[in-house]
Amino acid sequence: MKPASFEYHRAHDVAEVVELLVELGDDAKIIAGGQSLAPMMNFRLARPSALVDVNPVSGLDYIRREGDLLRIGAMTRHRDVEISRDPEVHDGFAVLPRAARWIGHYPIRCRGTVGGSMAHSDPTAEWCLLALLHDASVVVQGPRGQRTVPVAEWFTGFLTTSGEYDEMVVETQFARPRAYGALTEYARRRGDFAISAVGVAFDKVDNRLTDVSVVLGGVAGVPVRATEAEAMLEGSPATPETWVAASRNAAASVNPPSDLNGDGDYRRQLVETLMQRAFVEALAEGARR
Amino acid sequence: MADERTERHFADGQAPPDQIGSRVLRKEDHRLLTGKGRFGSDVDRSRMLHVRVVRSSVAAGTITAIRTEEARAVAGVVDVVTAADLPGDLRIPVRLLVQGVDLSEHLQPVLARDTVRYVGEPVAVVVAEDAYAAEDGAELVDVEVEPDDVFLDARTAPADRIAADFTLGYGDVDAAFDAAAHVVECRFDIGRHTAVPLEPRALVVDYLPGSGDLEIFGATKVPVFNRQVLAGLLEVDPESIRMHAVDAGGGFGVRGEFYPEDFLVPWLARRLRCSLSWVEDRAEHLVAVNHSREQSHQIGVALDDNGFILALRDDIWHDNGAYVRTHGIIVPELTVAMLPGPYRVPAYSGRVHVALTNKTPCGTYRAPGRFEGTTVREQLFDQVAAEIGVDRVELRRRNLLRRDELPHRREINTLGTDMVLDSGDYPGLLERALARARELQWPELVEAARAEGRRVGLGVSMFLEKSGLGPSDTADVEVTGSGRIRVHSGGTSLGQGIETVLAQVVADEFRVDTDLVDVINGDTLLQPYGTGSWASRSTVVAGNAVSGAGKQVVARMLEIASRVLEVSPDDLEVGRGQVQVRGVLDRALSFRDVWRDTQPGSAWLRPEESAGLSARFRFNIEHMTYPYGAHICVVEVDPDTGGVQVLKYLVAYEVGRAVNPTLVEGQLRGGVAQGVGGALLEQFSYDESGQPQATTFMDYLMPTASEVPDVELIVCEDAPADTNALGVRGAGEGGLTGAGAAVASAVSAALDQPSMSALPLTPSRLLQCLRDEAGTHARAANA
Repeated sequence: MKPASFEYHRAHDVAEVVELLVELGDDAKIIAGGQSLAPMMNFRLARPSALVDVNPVSGLDYIRREGDLLRIGAMTRHRDVEISRDPEVHDGFAVLPRAARWIGHYPIRCRGTVGGSMAHSDPTAEWCLLALLHDASVVVQGPRGQRTVPVAEWFTGFLTTSGEYDEMVVETQFARPRAYGALTEYARRRGDFAISAVGVAFDKVDNRLTDVSVVLGGVAGVPVRATEAEAMLEGSPATPETWVAASRNAAASVNPPSDLNGDGDYRRQLVETLMQRAFVEALAEGARR
Repeated sequence: MADERTERHFADGQAPPDQIGSRVLRKEDHRLLTGKGRFGSDVDRSRMLHVRVVRSSVAAGTITAIRTEEARAVAGVVDVVTAADLPGDLRIPVRLLVQGVDLSEHLQPVLARDTVRYVGEPVAVVVAEDAYAAEDGAELVDVEVEPDDVFLDARTAPADRIAADFTLGYGDVDAAFDAAAHVVECRFDIGRHTAVPLEPRALVVDYLPGSGDLEIFGATKVPVFNRQVLAGLLEVDPESIRMHAVDAGGGFGVRGEFYPEDFLVPWLARRLRCSLSWVEDRAEHLVAVNHSREQSHQIGVALDDNGFILALRDDIWHDNGAYVRTHGIIVPELTVAMLPGPYRVPAYSGRVHVALTNKTPCGTYRAPGRFEGTTVREQLFDQVAAEIGVDRVELRRRNLLRRDELPHRREINTLGTDMVLDSGDYPGLLERALARARELQWPELVEAARAEGRRVGLGVSMFLEKSGLGPSDTADVEVTGSGRIRVHSGGTSLGQGIETVLAQVVADEFRVDTDLVDVINGDTLLQPYGTGSWASRSTVVAGNAVSGAGKQVVARMLEIASRVLEVSPDDLEVGRGQVQVRGVLDRALSFRDVWRDTQPGSAWLRPEESAGLSARFRFNIEHMTYPYGAHICVVEVDPDTGGVQVLKYLVAYEVGRAVNPTLVEGQLRGGVAQGVGGALLEQFSYDESGQPQATTFMDYLMPTASEVPDVELIVCEDAPADTNALGVRGAGEGGLTGAGAAVASAVSAALDQPSMSALPLTPSRLLQCLRDEAGTHARAANA
């Protein structure tokens, strides 16, 4: 559990990061919080030839509301979102601070970054699920300048994204603010990666669900939208019958892998349970404000 | 300094109160809590090299080639060795041979030569200037293996996979089953898991160039035995090796046994004539260290009309992994021997098939055999209660041995000693535990939760432990030049607090405070006859040895002082840190004075009388002593996820005499944590090719503070052991022994099932159980 040898570089602004990435080639990796990369290196599952430490880069830790967008800088630590009391965050994106509590343990949340999580793209990672839930875009910067990638095009497979080796994630833009939202997970121990996770977000008009999103984690190599369930929910009354039926549909729509924690069938049952719980939580939390 | 402290202690003219029985703070804690503990990898030597073991990545196969050239070419790599470099076909002997079974064919080689039998088996070793280079080199050792079929299921073991097959028992079991009013049988499987101490193994071997002698740090458990084995394998005099047991971040049975590395690292130090360090990492630990627990039981009981047991029988498949290690077959032996537990079982037969599979070899893990046997037996009794319509607790009440039935001899020999269950009050302890649970209103809690539709259940288990295995232990006690008391014991400090316990025992002999006592554990030069710390035996055997040695030193002090003070030794006593004339406190000699009077040249020393104030005492014990206890817990099963939360937990345990109640409580709490882990979370599983699936803490789930309940404790001292003068019974394992059974019992109650069928109780398994139940109900409704 000692990493293979690697070069270490420290960068002080995004331009320098990009310069280094170009120079070092596609075996180099950015390290921010190191909460995923460092263990993978210790197991020698990841063997970057060089690390570019972006911790000295300033100006990337922010949470900013601009109209219907919530922009979170790449170096923002999970913990900063979790403890945010900014009304502009809570208005329409309240699910973000609450969902951040699911991320690992306290020390992990203090070190890990939102941008790092998007770049790592674990299919059960909270930020990846929330990004899909809120139609986010990922802003990357590379030698060809900045580009904004819609989240649907960001995740390309298990732990892979459409980001290029010479690009750095600089911001995640969450969109579609809604009054109700919740992310629910189940793991065998507190703080572990979710076996399955379900996120929901919606508005409520005349006690009917509108603008509904449902995302599922831990059921495939990337986070997925339960589009059929979303269609069933859209315009339906905000009653348990509605989401029980939709959750069955969502569960039936996925074909999750088996592992030590259970087979695909078990994960499907969890999806059903978690989705129902997400609706209950979202309505209860929405009503509190 | 010492005298000042002595004076401070006794300034009020009072001897300190009895140290035994008091909550003395742990002597080890100051150094451990201030970062001054000395663990294996804290030991550093100049120009020390680092060792990395290359392990098989294939579960079964024939080694066709091992290429080391690339590894040797890595900068910093000093040496790479394989079995071809070894002096011969060296295999690690069994430490504890039982039942006269010859296991020599199944012993593990220190390095695999022609075949590999499990993932993790050592096949080569790399030595390098630092741990990074060693790991770089190890990666480049190319081991070519022609894979064989893997064998993973003990239940289907063919004859050539059976290392041992034996039956323990007594009475006419078949006749009892034939005549029984009720026969209940069930199958129960225990998952493979083991001790995962916070600190993995570590060894530092210091090579002394002049003599070629070795000093070895880190083999904390049975250093004297390990020295003997190592000397045999190296073909050197045991006295040329000095083992130092250092601080250890937990042992629990696995640490400090003699593993391949315990030969390889010292052997390489001699080969390279330099000091070496080997520190196991967690990924290695999870495949290299002894696994434990994996058994499949087919158990049955015969009862009469009134629910009294007539006979018990069990057929056990024990998965021992790829080899037989130092523990031999004691885990399966203890499983069958202890299976009848605290109950009146007129006839018994326990058969065990010890199967060899392509998994990590097994050894003992805290409460070996008892965790397994207790879980299975208690689950059987829950099943009986459901089938014959008797309350679970009432069934146990009827069948527990009563106080007037003890001592109770069982016609079973285990660990080479006859089983005589000594004094105790098993039903009394159960009632105390139940009364406490009622006082805490746990039955009401369960009832209220169930009325809300929650799946909550209460579980009870009763168990028998064993402790104080002989035949002996040896301790030295001496009074030093500053008047302090120094103990050289054979126990080892695994985190359990044995330094403190032994200091308390010896302090009472000298009527001093534990601050005046220094305990040095596990140094083979200072204590060449120590038997180590394992099997809940140190407080019993090392404690009584220290007590005996202390008494002899006190007697010698009185003898010397009587010459100086010209009074009969009978008129002298120790007290207030001095030897004093009874009733005349100012006619006294300090311990330091007495020491001075025993030094060479002293006028008080007779010709040819040895100088100094020290004694070596060997304590012998014929039979083990048997602590016993009960676990009660309340759990809630989430019917939508299958997750289990342990809401309440209680352990009642009879320890005979608690030398330090705080330490006993700590032992019990830690045991519960491990028991809950084994019942709900921890499991080593393998895929069909024999690849271990839980090789990191992401997949091997240790319980954390969130999963471990608060534990209500009743430490009973109602039945002091009559096998030893201190009356102690050993307290190391009872927090664990009944945990699997109690949790399984509570979960089955929560699910309205008679019993469960396997540990760990995983969410997916429980959810399946709930679905089956729902299916049954639906079918019943449709019918």
